[in-house]
Amino acid sequence: MMTIKYIIKNLIRMITLLVAVTIFSFILVTSSPIDPVQSYVGAGVAVTPEQREEIAEHWGLNDKPIERFENWFENIIKGDMGTSLIYRKPVSEVIGEKFQSSMILMITSWIISGILGFVLGIIMGVFKGSFVDRIIKTICLVISSTPTFWIGMMFLMIFSVNLGWFPTGFSVPVGVSADSVTIGQKIYHAILPAITLSFSSFSNIALHTRIKITEIMESDYVLFAKARGEKLIDIIKRHVLRNALIPAVTLQFASISEIFGGSILAEQVFSYPGMGQAAVDAGLRGDIALLLGITIISSIFVFVGNIIANILYTVLNPKIREGGVYSE
Amino acid sequence: MNNIPEIEIRNLSVTFNMYDRGLRQKNIKVISNLCLKAEKGEVLAVVGSSGSGKSLLAHAIMGILPKNAVVTGSMKYKGLDITEKRIKDIRGKEICLIPQSVSYLDPLMKVGNQVMIKNNKSCFEKMRKAFRRYDLCENSEKLYPFQYSGGMARRALISTAEQTEPSVIIADEPTPGLDRKMAYRTLKYFRDFADRGKAVIMITHDIDIAVEYADKISVFYGGTTLETTRAENFIKGEKYLYHPYTKALYNALPQNGFKAVKGFQPSPYEVSEGCIYFDRCDKRQEKCRGNIPVSVFDNGSCFVRCIYGHSV
Repeated sequence: MMTIKYIIKNLIRMITLLVAVTIFSFILVTSSPIDPVQSYVGAGVAVTPEQREEIAEHWGLNDKPIERFENWFENIIKGDMGTSLIYRKPVSEVIGEKFQSSMILMITSWIISGILGFVLGIIMGVFKGSFVDRIIKTICLVISSTPTFWIGMMFLMIFSVNLGWFPTGFSVPVGVSADSVTIGQKIYHAILPAITLSFSSFSNIALHTRIKITEIMESDYVLFAKARGEKLIDIIKRHVLRNALIPAVTLQFASISEIFGGSILAEQVFSYPGMGQAAVDAGLRGDIALLLGITIISSIFVFVGNIIANILYTVLNPKIREGGVYSE
Repeated sequence: MNNIPEIEIRNLSVTFNMYDRGLRQKNIKVISNLCLKAEKGEVLAVVGSSGSGKSLLAHAIMGILPKNAVVTGSMKYKGLDITEKRIKDIRGKEICLIPQSVSYLDPLMKVGNQVMIKNNKSCFEKMRKAFRRYDLCENSEKLYPFQYSGGMARRALISTAEQTEPSVIIADEPTPGLDRKMAYRTLKYFRDFADRGKAVIMITHDIDIAVEYADKISVFYGGTTLETTRAENFIKGEKYLYHPYTKALYNALPQNGFKAVKGFQPSPYEVSEGCIYFDRCDKRQEKCRGNIPVSVFDNGSCFVRCIYGHSV
């Protein structure tokens, strides 16, 4: 019962959030100095004022912003996100396509960063103050204060340009028709961007886990476990992992937003045709429908990530799960 | 009674090495010249006020002090030195610590599971037997620590000592937070341990309870033991107690006049030579500032650290 109520509450929250996000981004986009007609026809092409007027009329650009928003919002509710000006395709189709290639990137890097972060965090926490801890901690601090795009560029220079191990960009090989691209080729193209992306969040997870582990290692129950003759490895298995996992999982799902944000930069550096690039293009070329569509989808994505984090927290933590107090 | 004591501690000192303001290092001696003997079949109550370093004594024996602690002096178990390596082998098996509160239980582990030291059948059976002995129902095996009352948690912690066959049990503050009835019930368990042939060291600040259940009482003050005496001497009267602090403690009990002595227990930051009770003692002399002799009585099982010895 608790859970159903909780989910409904969060659904309402999500809807209000989405409405707020759409209104806000609509205001931002309409007040941007980019002229959608000009960016549509291209910079060098001359159009007569009459033609321009016609296009504007056709798109409804002459209506009041409020009317345009109402119009768009009505369609959104019906499930129609409009047509992308850049791709000349329905927005939902464009997003579906881009989302797929972004997802490969994001999921791989999300998993890599989660596991790597947790393992490094445990090593640092258990051996706090040791040489290993200091080295890993320094690396994590340096990485977490380094911008993703810079790491991406460094990787490109080292691994693609100098060593030639990985392609310099795109999600598929150049000059190969879409049908004949193999999964292997797709993965090969996604490796470097995925690693770059995971660099943006693993150090945070590692540093957070480290603090949590330190807390656990200094707790009374670990002290007692030591006094009972449990070996370090048993203590880690029996107590440390268990107690560190809940905050780590929560953090991992909350980090979806970071990965999402990072993917825009990583995709930009690697010319990887995903959501991030589509968002940048849509913004620069005044493709309002596509930009708003991406905004909505990404808000849902991040929000769902956070909700999963919250729900998992309640499911995993017995204090919340079995709230009742038992008495003799 | 000329057996080797189960635990014998001589001149134990524990010093913490810590950073003062800036990078200056500072040593704080929290336990000094402590002597203690725990014998088979006996309950030894270590009685002292808060902040006298009682818990650290337990942690020192178990080898679980923080890394910045330096331990000197001798600790012997069954006549052999307790080295860092040896304690790792015997703690939890031959020497068991029973900590004081629910915070010593893993909050995310079912109590029954964590009482079992290993996940096997014999441990399970021992756990079940211990739970029955300490009136914890089968249902409570599957509960988490936060679902336990203070008394239940304490009994679960006591049942951890039943996983092995320890010869020494160190109980750290087993009674605070329990009502009179529960406290007596808990102490009864320790009495039972001793009656089953184990040596029990019970760290407490409840003298009344200690007098009732312990064989000997060791009076702990400012990080050291001032006197070890038979428990019945606390009932017999003041003249059977030798150290001025022990006498003061006796007189401070509600049934003996409720008289308080002025002053405070010295903090470990105040380093002083000589008797630790000097400032508050009404019989102090100039020579109390020097080395204080230890005088032994009762066939060597009791002692007092005072220039007056046990003759007064």
